[in-house]
Amino acid sequence: MGVPLDQLLIQTINGIVTGMILALVSSGLTLIFGIMDVVNFAHGELLMLGAYVGVLTLAATGNFWLALLSAGLLIGLLGAAIYLVTLRPLIDRGPLTTILATFGISLVLQNVALWQFGPVSRKVAEPIGGHFTLFYLDYPWYRIVVALLSAAIIGGFWLFLKFGTWGIWIRATTQDRVMAQAMGIPVPWVLTGVFAIGSAMAAASGVLFGPLSGVDPTMGLGWILRAFIVVVVGGMGSLGGSIAAAILVSLLEAYASLWVSPSQAIIVSFVVLIVTLLFRPTGLFVAAPK
Amino acid sequence: MRRGHGTVFWTGFAVIVALLIAAPLVLTEFWRRFVTEILIWGLLAMSSDILIGYTGMVSFGHSAFFGLGMYGAAAALLTIDPPNLWLALFYGLVAAAAVAACVAYFSTRLRDIYFAITTLIFSQIFYVIIFTWTAVTGGENGLAFERPPLAIPGLFDFVLTPTRLHWFVLAVVAGSYLILRRITQSPFGMVLQSIRENEARTRAIGYAVERYKIVAVMLSGLFAGLAGVLYALQNQFAAPDFVFFLVSGETVIYNVIGGIGTLVGPIVGAAFFLLLREGLSRFLTQYYLIPLGAVFIAIVILMPQGLLGFMRRWLNE
Amino acid sequence: MSSGAGAAFIGTGTAVARVGEDARAADLLAVDRLHTYYGKSHILHGVSLSVGRGEVVGLLGRNGVGKSTTLKAIAGIVHPSAGEVRFEGRPITGLPPHRVARLGIGYVPEDRRIFPLLTVLENLRVGLDRRGVAKAKKALLLDKIYAYFPVLAERRHQAGGTLSGGEQQMLAIARAMMLEPKIILLDEPTEGLMPRMVSQIREIIEALRGEGVAVLLVEQNVPLTLEASRRIYFIEKGEVRHHALGSQLHVGDAVIHQYLGV
Repeated sequence: MGVPLDQLLIQTINGIVTGMILALVSSGLTLIFGIMDVVNFAHGELLMLGAYVGVLTLAATGNFWLALLSAGLLIGLLGAAIYLVTLRPLIDRGPLTTILATFGISLVLQNVALWQFGPVSRKVAEPIGGHFTLFYLDYPWYRIVVALLSAAIIGGFWLFLKFGTWGIWIRATTQDRVMAQAMGIPVPWVLTGVFAIGSAMAAASGVLFGPLSGVDPTMGLGWILRAFIVVVVGGMGSLGGSIAAAILVSLLEAYASLWVSPSQAIIVSFVVLIVTLLFRPTGLFVAAPK
Repeated sequence: MRRGHGTVFWTGFAVIVALLIAAPLVLTEFWRRFVTEILIWGLLAMSSDILIGYTGMVSFGHSAFFGLGMYGAAAALLTIDPPNLWLALFYGLVAAAAVAACVAYFSTRLRDIYFAITTLIFSQIFYVIIFTWTAVTGGENGLAFERPPLAIPGLFDFVLTPTRLHWFVLAVVAGSYLILRRITQSPFGMVLQSIRENEARTRAIGYAVERYKIVAVMLSGLFAGLAGVLYALQNQFAAPDFVFFLVSGETVIYNVIGGIGTLVGPIVGAAFFLLLREGLSRFLTQYYLIPLGAVFIAIVILMPQGLLGFMRRWLNE
Repeated sequence: MSSGAGAAFIGTGTAVARVGEDARAADLLAVDRLHTYYGKSHILHGVSLSVGRGEVVGLLGRNGVGKSTTLKAIAGIVHPSAGEVRFEGRPITGLPPHRVARLGIGYVPEDRRIFPLLTVLENLRVGLDRRGVAKAKKALLLDKIYAYFPVLAERRHQAGGTLSGGEQQMLAIARAMMLEPKIILLDEPTEGLMPRMVSQIREIIEALRGEGVAVLLVEQNVPLTLEASRRIYFIEKGEVRHHALGSQLHVGDAVIHQYLGV
């Protein structure tokens, strides 16, 4: 089956664009898992609500940056509230209990969105117009902007983790929660903060992705499944691993959709996950445990 | 003492079964159907309890077994003439068992959240296949069919009316309950519980833990498939929505609400959930999941033993 | 590693001369009839002890009698079911560990628990980056620690997990010192260390005392404990059974054999 080179290149770019958004979604998820053993099933719903906040702000002000900012702030606050009310009491009851609780949260949030915004998908105009010619295609600049913005947010977050006091606190807490607190780190606040940051990152990806697919109450489901795959393939809790896995998975899906429909292409990701779990359950992109 | 306990159990069991036998005779059609569906969802939840409650593995993939049971039954009823109830059961169970074998082979090597996520992903694989393979599965629309007669050649041949279907479902669910109860009390069931308590120790004693887990997943999948067949018979269709992972999520919810590791708890949980949903949906139409989800979260946080455990402790005090 | 007992070291506490047991009011740390449970098993059965300002106090006993648990309960990591911990006269029972730490209680756990993926400097910054510590003072504290532990300065950009056992022990103590503690809870600092390192730990304890930092020392190494501690408590079955001045005890004493002999 010969595939023309131009199609292959287009799919490569498409794969990287979705890969960057997926990396943004997954970074929050893996960060939250790494530091508090919480598998956040509601992460996709935070993305979806962020997309709605973005849509509404955009409609009211017409300013894309304001939309991005307000979605991040509001959903970050919502994440902190969710953490304090529902997850904090469960913190030492193990990841399975938190899957159950966050599954409940995802049901509630999804239906709140359905109730408030209705089931119909909202189309959002690309906030940055313009196209460039890619072989025979008019390729929208916005997609490139999305990839760059995602990379910028992830990069900024990485710098924050690497150099700030909060970054050290977050990493110390991830490595040894008890010892971190015994060294004076206000761990309860660090955990709340991390949940808020992870939520804000999900919201930002929702705002960025909204114009590409439209916004509807169930858009979180597809993302959370992919993000789970990415987080496991990349190695639970590993930020770098998640980013690499996000791009790998998205590229493979993009290439697969040259032959099958996009809704079937997701099976490729499933297969990647299963192969990973069978041969290297700790993740493809982290050092193998001794 | 032990004997007394047995008497109480069998008396309680008989009373409940008797009430359920009488139910369709006194209830309106709406509530008859409601009770039948509680029994079916209860069976699905009970099958999942074998993993969650007894072996300590949370499956987020029971929708695959349930859904394949539905599609297996559909295949038998649509391709075989005249439609045969027993073949529908057989096809459904074979389909569910095949899927369960595949899931069990891959997922039992993993533990905790990895197991949960793998089962979730597997159910999504089957969902995508069923959803997109329109020529065979009917795609989004699913498959519709007629109910077969309840017949044994040469013995009897009944039309499967709603009331008779209710009794049939009751017989299957009650029988399944007794079988599962027996299994959980058997040496095999003890090994499963020992895996739940301490997997490493169970292995150290010399049990082939992986093999036990595979059997547990297959057993669980088989009964989930049975529930799927019953659901297909009740509603006369098979649809991809029932393979989607939200059904698995609801199954876990029934377990957690009712209380895991009790077999009865999941049925109580299903009844509680469905009744609450029914009550709430009268006021809130389709948004009933908002308060229902909140109740579920509250139960997860405040009653780790579920309703049954909560009531038991409350009675003890 | 060059410095000895008199080396410049960090600390804010001032040594208070105490004679015998008559200085209760001046106690820095007082533990009063502490009880803890781990699940259903009763670990501490009413431990009481006290540490004065700048005093080195040893805790001896067989394995599993509750020495480490006592330290954890003081640090706020384990929640006592009954009893009280007072620090500078204020009850601190039930405070979360980070609040306890910021009051000036440094905890150096048994297995050191360095943050393995943080660099040495980052490990130190965990304790150093607090509100109310001026930048200049932070630099001063770091310089002091690096002067005392030159090896940590050499490896400041190396991940904590790559250090040797002895270096990790130094880092654990240095990290606790970043909190400018008035007392350090030191849990088996010599465990698994080479003899040369053991004598260095002895010097470090002496240096801490010289700076006016109190030490509550849990050890298996009896000679070290007798030498370093002014007073010693003997714990058995979650209770303090005996109490003596370090200078009055010798390694071969019957009391040592009674509480530590196998």
